[in-house]
Order: sequence, then C-alpha cells, then structure tokens
Amino acid sequence: MNTATIKTKINTAQPTSVEQVEKESVYSTRQLNLWYGNNHALKNIDLEIGENEVTAIIGPSGCGKSTYLKTLNRMVELVPSVKTSGEIHYRGRNIFDSSYGVEELRTRVGMVFQKPNPFPKSIYDNIAYGPRIHGIKNKKILDEIVEKSLRGAAIWDEVKDRLNENAYGISGGQQQRICIARTLAIEPDVILMDEPTSALDPISTLKIEELVQELKEQYSIIIVTHNMQQAARISDKTAFFLNGEVIEYDRTDTIFSNPADKRTEDYISGRFG
Amino acid sequence: MRYIEQEKVVRRMNGRMVVNRVFQGLFMFATALALLALVILLYRIVSQGAGHLSLDFLTNFASRFPDQAGIKAALVGSIWLMAVVAPTSILLGVGSAIYLEEYAKKGRITTFIQMNISNLAGVPSVVFGLLGLTIFVRALALGNSILAAGFTMSLLILPVIIVAAQEAIRSVPGELRDASYGMGATKWQTIVRIILPAAIPGILTGSILALSRAIGETAPLIVVGIPVIIQFLPEGVMDTFTALPMQIYDWSSRPQAEFQTVAAAGIIVLMVVLLFMNSIAVFIRNKFDKSY
Repeated sequence: MNTATIKTKINTAQPTSVEQVEKESVYSTRQLNLWYGNNHALKNIDLEIGENEVTAIIGPSGCGKSTYLKTLNRMVELVPSVKTSGEIHYRGRNIFDSSYGVEELRTRVGMVFQKPNPFPKSIYDNIAYGPRIHGIKNKKILDEIVEKSLRGAAIWDEVKDRLNENAYGISGGQQQRICIARTLAIEPDVILMDEPTSALDPISTLKIEELVQELKEQYSIIIVTHNMQQAARISDKTAFFLNGEVIEYDRTDTIFSNPADKRTEDYISGRFG
Repeated sequence: MRYIEQEKVVRRMNGRMVVNRVFQGLFMFATALALLALVILLYRIVSQGAGHLSLDFLTNFASRFPDQAGIKAALVGSIWLMAVVAPTSILLGVGSAIYLEEYAKKGRITTFIQMNISNLAGVPSVVFGLLGLTIFVRALALGNSILAAGFTMSLLILPVIIVAAQEAIRSVPGELRDASYGMGATKWQTIVRIILPAAIPGILTGSILALSRAIGETAPLIVVGIPVIIQFLPEGVMDTFTALPMQIYDWSSRPQAEFQTVAAAGIIVLMVVLLFMNSIAVFIRNKFDKSY
C-alpha cells in the first residue's frame, strides 16, 4: 500500500521534471503589461523562452511584437511615458528590479536592429566599441575580439583587409552582419533581433538566416519578423502576437502545420495582416 | 470618364509658363539686390580704406594724427576678448544643449526654458550690455576688464550657440543612440563616444558663426565702459582693453575727413578677421561632414 502511493507520486512528478530539464528557460515572462501613455500595448503576456533556441515572434503591424522584444532588454523605456507591470525573469532575476542595472542587463542581452545602424567609425572601431565601453583597452585582446566576432558573423573574409575603412562604405547586408558582429563582441548570452532582414535584399537575407542557424549553437536568439516563411525556416518556437496578446505559442512546426487557434491559422494562411 | 481634359490642359499651358517665369525672375531679382548691396558696400570700403592699409597700420597704436593712427591695441584686444568668449560660451552652450537634448525630461518646464532661450537670441545686444554692467562690472567688481566684457559677450551669444548645438545633437540619428545603449553603454559613454563626435561639425560651425557676431558687436562694449583710446597692450584678463568695432566706431565719428579713411581701413581688418573665422567654419564643416 505504501509503496504504491510512493510509485504514483514519482510517476506524477516525473513528466514535469523531465520537461523542465529539457527546456531551460532563459527568459520567463509573467503577467507582463505595458502601456504607452493610455495605449495598452502588451496585455498579460506569459512566455517562456528556451536556451539555445531560435524563438520567432510573428504578428501583424502594431501587434506589440517589437515592443515585447524591446522590453526584454528594457530599451522600450527610452520612449517617454512607458509604464510596465508584471515580471520578466532573465536567468532567474527580475529585470525590473531596481537593483538590476539596465547596462548590466544589456551586456548579457545584445540587440540587432531593423535598419543596419553601424557607427560612423571604422569597421574595427565598430566592433571594438562594446568591449571598449566595458573597459577593455589592451590592443591585442581587442584585435582578438574583433577577429572572433567578425568570424562569428561570417563576414571576416569580406572585410579583413579593410578593417580601418568606414563602416558606411560597405553594402547594407554587410553592414547588418557588422552590426551582428558588434553585438557578438560584447559576448552576450541572448541576441534580440528586431526584423533584421526587412531592409535587406534576398541574398543578404539568406546569409543572415544561415548565420542565425549557426549562432543558435551558442546563443539564445529571439527574432521578430514580418516574414512568416522566415519564421518557419529558422525558428524552433514561434509566438503569434495579436493586439498586444500572445494568441498562440508553440513549436514552429506545430504553429505552421496545425495551429490550435483560428486566428493563428488565418494569419498564417495570409487571410489578414 | 476622364476628369482631366487634354485640350484644356494645353490651353492653360501658356498661362502657367508665364507665372512660372515671373516668379523665377522675382526671386532672381531679390538675390541680385542683396548681392548688389554687398558689392557696393565692399567697393566703398575697399576703395576708401585700402590706401591706408600697411604694416604700420597693424603695428601702431591709436593716434590723433590720422596718418599715424594704427589698430594694434584694438586687434590685440579683440583677440584677447575672443580668448575669453570662445571657451566660456562654447563650454556653457554645449553643456546646456547636451542637458536639454539628452537629459532633461520633455515637459512643460523644458518647453518653457527652450522658448526663453530662443527669445534670448533676439534680445538687443545693448540689453546684454546693461546686464553685464550690473553683474560683472559692478556686482562682481570686475571693472571694465577683458573678463567682464568677455563674460558679457558670452551671455550675448550663448543662446545662439545653445540652439545651434541642440540642432546638431538632434540631427544625430536615434539609431546610433539605440545601438550604443543596446550594448550596455551608459548615457555619458554614449554622449562622449557617439553623439558628440557626430555632432561636432554642426556645433563648431554654429559656435564660430556666433563668435563672429561677438567680434563685431559694439553696443555691449560701450555700455560695459570699454575705453576707445589705449596706448598699451593688455597683459592679463583683468586689464582693460579696446576692441576692433570700438576703434572703428570712434574713428568714424571723428570730424576730420582723413579719419574716415582710417575707419575704412579698420573695417577691412575686421572683415578679414570675420572672413577668416567663417572660412574656418566652412573648413570644419567640409572636413568632418558625414552622411548618415
């Protein structure tokens, strides 16, 4: 009798613990709400984002997907009149805690923006910017970081002979990979990407997509995209946002082949958005 | 059915072309008028004053004999004045601009301050002279020194520098700030490493143009009590001095006709100084100009 109850206890406990081990959460968002003034932009968001996965966030314009991404490294607070409630835990720590400095958070969580935005400096200085602001002055170490980051972003061979040229002189696709390299140079844990290919041509887009596949071995990547094929191609999980709410969040193949919600299906099949 | 009838369009074409021409002519006339005024002014001054220009004119002190009158004290005085005005006004002006653009919360108070700065830029210079007389000459007991005049001039051009620097800072694309903050840079690091380097051409151009205004101003100097005739060079910022526009004003108000020639020569010197400063501004703008 006693052994039987113990057995059932173990049986019920096992599945949950297995699940937890399988998907270590980098970010867990709990009851996140966000307002721009009176505009309720994010409503009761609950999301768990897994380690070494690519998580895609899709949804029509104005659904709050970029806002959510920018909340993860608190860049959204640069907009005046933003208010938030709820919690986002990054590696177990609430990022809204007053003891958690945004600068500290942003060294762990890098960001790549929609439009390539290199600094009007040399390619070298662009990559070395992050390490320098975090106090690295040694030229040798900087050289190593620059090479490693550029190799990591698969652009080393294209720019190794022109490191001292202005980053504005290269193509938009190359600039975006420079921006990815610049993010890698701060040795982040998570990389946030806000529609990184929306300003690029198809070939550059392909290169970035391939890069994302390589990067997920080492980093957890969260990517906002307008392009549903892109989400299907590169992501492991997909969250569908609509009017500031998460409608559905599941494995990407499930979302695209067998969505649970009618609205997800409508959006994916191109009926709106 | 079509709303635009080709026939009517053709019929109206001639009238439209005439109006087009008329306005082109009007605008050209406006430009030509301004140019003409400038040419006449330059011609008058150069033809009058060129004869009096010589090395002696630059190295002599003022004199009651027109042929011996020189501009040395005024030229050196103006350089001293700039040496006080430039650092004071640029530091304070750029500092205020950075505060207003990067730190201050946008709200009613900021808007109020902003509005007042813009208004200050339009206040007549003689009013700034009175302010300088009250604060620097009397209250702080600096007397009619280079320092007192320099601070007064700094106040006068401060609004212009603040507005120019604000515009330069504002024109730095927001994406560059985002990129910097996104890597964990502090506000100060972002300002020093990204914003100021990108804004420096605009800031310097605006500052130099404002300084050119200060070097040509007379009214505040008169109110502050700067003497005209000085037979020595200042040795420090607490000494008194005279400046180019003061000297020119004095010469041109003398009854002897010969002094008009001396005044014209003085104006040429002042204009050369101004042109020199403006060309520095142009040089800086071209050298540092970056397209985003």
